[in-house]
Amino acid sequence: MCETCGCGDTAVVDVEVQESLLAENDHLAGHNREHFREAGLLALNLMGSPGSGKTTVLEATRARTDLRLSALSADLATDRDAARLQAAGIAARSITTGSACHLDARMVHEALHHWDAGWDADVLCIENVGNLVCPAIYDLGQDANVIVLSVTEGPDKPLKYPVMFRKADLVLLTKIDLLPYLRGMDVEDIRAALERTMPEVRMIPLSAETGEGVADWVGWLEGRRNAVASRATAAAADRDIMVQPG
Amino acid sequence: MHELSLAQGLLSTIDAQVRARRARGVRRVRLRVGDAAGVEVELLTHWYDVIRAGTVCAGAALEVERVPERWACPACGAEHRPTGPLRCTRCGVPLRLVAGDELVLDRLELEVDDV
Repeated sequence: MCETCGCGDTAVVDVEVQESLLAENDHLAGHNREHFREAGLLALNLMGSPGSGKTTVLEATRARTDLRLSALSADLATDRDAARLQAAGIAARSITTGSACHLDARMVHEALHHWDAGWDADVLCIENVGNLVCPAIYDLGQDANVIVLSVTEGPDKPLKYPVMFRKADLVLLTKIDLLPYLRGMDVEDIRAALERTMPEVRMIPLSAETGEGVADWVGWLEGRRNAVASRATAAAADRDIMVQPG
Repeated sequence: MHELSLAQGLLSTIDAQVRARRARGVRRVRLRVGDAAGVEVELLTHWYDVIRAGTVCAGAALEVERVPERWACPACGAEHRPTGPLRCTRCGVPLRLVAGDELVLDRLELEVDDV
């Protein structure tokens, strides 16, 4: 014991922590997910390279479905994507991330706070920062991860960025109208690459330019949205029963 | 670049542990990082070194245990080291990743008052 102030000697203790480095994000993502479920909103985390066609796919979707879409659009700078989506009739808000290379659950939560138009929709598309690496590990509370991969990016992207593709629920293969101009590029090569990174491959090839394949994507979207809506209705009915017993 | 965010999160988690246990400092930080976690360990270590100056971790060495990727069949339980499609070669069922995506603060060596 020190005679001046009474402090003790220092001992070293080994402490077991076992906490995920993403624990805080995952906790907030859980909150987001709860809100989405209560609202009966299908939330999608739309990821892909810069220029893969994320915004264009949403514009093409809006033109071919009666589903009410809202979108959060993330970019390092500018709100150009959100402006394009608004022009297409989608309720959209931008998240300017500055130097951040990915969205996290807190950014999504804050962007959705007090944004009625975003919630007054059937499907919320969260358009992540164009990047095949960083967004993959951050749960935002989404129901599904949708990766937008364009044919011009080459067939080896899934092999180069396996973490992102492993977590995909659906891959939209875009710009297929360009296939005739891309020598050595084959949709089956992409499917083979996906089989080595996605345990269950779900891929929809489409072209926003010609409209080919867009109906398949809209079908997927409507199926997922109906599942979310019936789950929300069932949960609301359960709550009513609990509030008014007998 | 998300390794910088992860390093910042790591420091705040450690800071909370230090406060909760009224520790005076941190000697050692041990992480477990899976090979399929989507994290570059070299970058994470680099950012940790950059931002720990002046924090409770200023003198704390960072040790990282790598966890290899392991896939298993949910139907028959067989483990696989897939080199091709991610399906069980016996059952044809899609494989599941059972290890290798962890990103965990495993243990801390803390300096506490000896009483």
